Amino acid sequence: MANLDDLYREIILDHYRTPRNRGELPPPAVRTEGYNPLCGDELVVYLDIHDGVLVDIKLTGHGCSISQASSSMMSAAVKGKTVDEVRAAIERFKQLMTVHESSLDGDAEPPVADIHTMGELAALQGVVKFPVRIKCATLAWNTLSQGLDDTYGVQGTGSK
Amino acid sequence: MSSYSPRRVRDDTPLLNREINGRPITYLDSASSTLPPRPVIEAMSRYYELRHANVHRGVYQTAVEATDVYEGARAATARFINAPRGVDEIVFTKNTTEAFNLLAKSWGAAHLKAGDVVLVTEMEHHANIVPWFQLRDQIGIEVRFVPVSDDFRLDVSGLDRLLEGVKLFSFTAASNVLGTRNPVKELTRIAHDHGALVALDAAQSVGHQPSDVVDLDVDFFCFSAHKMLGPTGLGVLWTRAAILESMPPFLGGGGMIADVRVDGYVPANGPTRFEAGTPPIAETAGLAAAIRYLEGLGLENIARHEEDLTADALKRLANEFDGRVRIIGPADAVDRGGVLSLDVDGVHPHDVAQVLDQFGVCVRPGHHCAKPLMRRFNLAATARASFGPYSLTTDTDVLLEALESAVTMFG
Repeated sequence: MANLDDLYREIILDHYRTPRNRGELPPPAVRTEGYNPLCGDELVVYLDIHDGVLVDIKLTGHGCSISQASSSMMSAAVKGKTVDEVRAAIERFKQLMTVHESSLDGDAEPPVADIHTMGELAALQGVVKFPVRIKCATLAWNTLSQGLDDTYGVQGTGSK
Repeated sequence: MSSYSPRRVRDDTPLLNREINGRPITYLDSASSTLPPRPVIEAMSRYYELRHANVHRGVYQTAVEATDVYEGARAATARFINAPRGVDEIVFTKNTTEAFNLLAKSWGAAHLKAGDVVLVTEMEHHANIVPWFQLRDQIGIEVRFVPVSDDFRLDVSGLDRLLEGVKLFSFTAASNVLGTRNPVKELTRIAHDHGALVALDAAQSVGHQPSDVVDLDVDFFCFSAHKMLGPTGLGVLWTRAAILESMPPFLGGGGMIADVRVDGYVPANGPTRFEAGTPPIAETAGLAAAIRYLEGLGLENIARHEEDLTADALKRLANEFDGRVRIIGPADAVDRGGVLSLDVDGVHPHDVAQVLDQFGVCVRPGHHCAKPLMRRFNLAATARASFGPYSLTTDTDVLLEALESAVTMFG
């Protein structure tokens, strides 16, 4: 049985109560909207990118504790990183949120190779035990990915 | 003679024997879907075990019996809502949503033209909004909304003006978010005075109070079997036979034709004109069983019981959380169904529902397919608890215990 404590880790509740990088960025920052049509959550991600580096990121919108904490943690994790690094972080996070057959069949932990390199984000690993909530955790990341796609083309990073 | 005991309904409902997270299930999501009692499940099993064949086709024994099951359910449905011309007025659809699509795409496209107005309300389910927007985009009708007031009821102060030029007033008998029951007969009379037809979304009322299309005097009546202890996959559109005859076919294919040649087709008459392809047959057996079961309980009795449950729950929710739990809906149990949309201060509805699940409590978080209404009250979502004929005050006890835990956890 999935335990509620696996989902609502203290660090997640902390990010929910005091979200990081809230606010807007003026143009020419990239502005991207994300929606979760099932629950009505809405999110806007602002990206300030200079010379292939994500200099600043801000978020507005509303959602549940998982979506708010995930977006807050995401902003802290990717701020100051190169677009290449941000793309890689998105990929790693999507890996983390993948439901593996073994975890549906039994209690086996999903095989995530580099969980230790993910810092606070690893606290969101418990979300996969609550498959309905995965969309909450990935909303911000998909919106960030969309913002980069809008800027550089699908999966583009601007680097040669 | 009816004999209604919610405890007996509980005993009849197998799913209520389940445990969730080590606790007995507390099912408070009947506004989404009601739980079928054993007679409904058995009617569908028996159909597949003994009678299954395609309908309206074969002459062999089981094909005749399958057709009897299907057409018998149509007769039971006609009786259940008091359709004046009986089976000739009952169209089986997939659900309430398809019934409204049929209404908009067949009746609407044939009888409305650019500039004609369809009036709906701000408390409608998307099923009674989007098909009209689609028709607007196709032929240029106008879609107008009756506003909802701060006391969660329709604001009818400007209704006479809103009804100007209206060909159809399409509204819900009861809000799936607020619980509000609308004054159907009064609204219908006013609409008819303005020359408009009336369509009623009865999805939220049909399993909780008596339905009589003659008494209500509406012109269209849409509902789903799974909101009245029946199975999913089956809905109903009722309309007066004269109107039905004026409606062109909706989906094309087998079963809905009188003749097909290489240069065209002739549609069938009556309800089958709208029932293309092999229909859900076992589900109609389930619906007929649900109707008999509900008639045995007595819908007036169910309405009274749910009103008592609602009055008790409203009082306790208002008293026990120091104002941290707000009801998005009328605060007293008058003209109101057993739907309790909760806004918990500082706790997102998804998180409320997640914590409640730990207690085995099933509620629905989200916008409930009523986004215009949610926007009206500046909400993205609510956590909605709703009662059915099997609900008891003990369900409210567990709800309050679990809510306390959610409030503490995110406090």
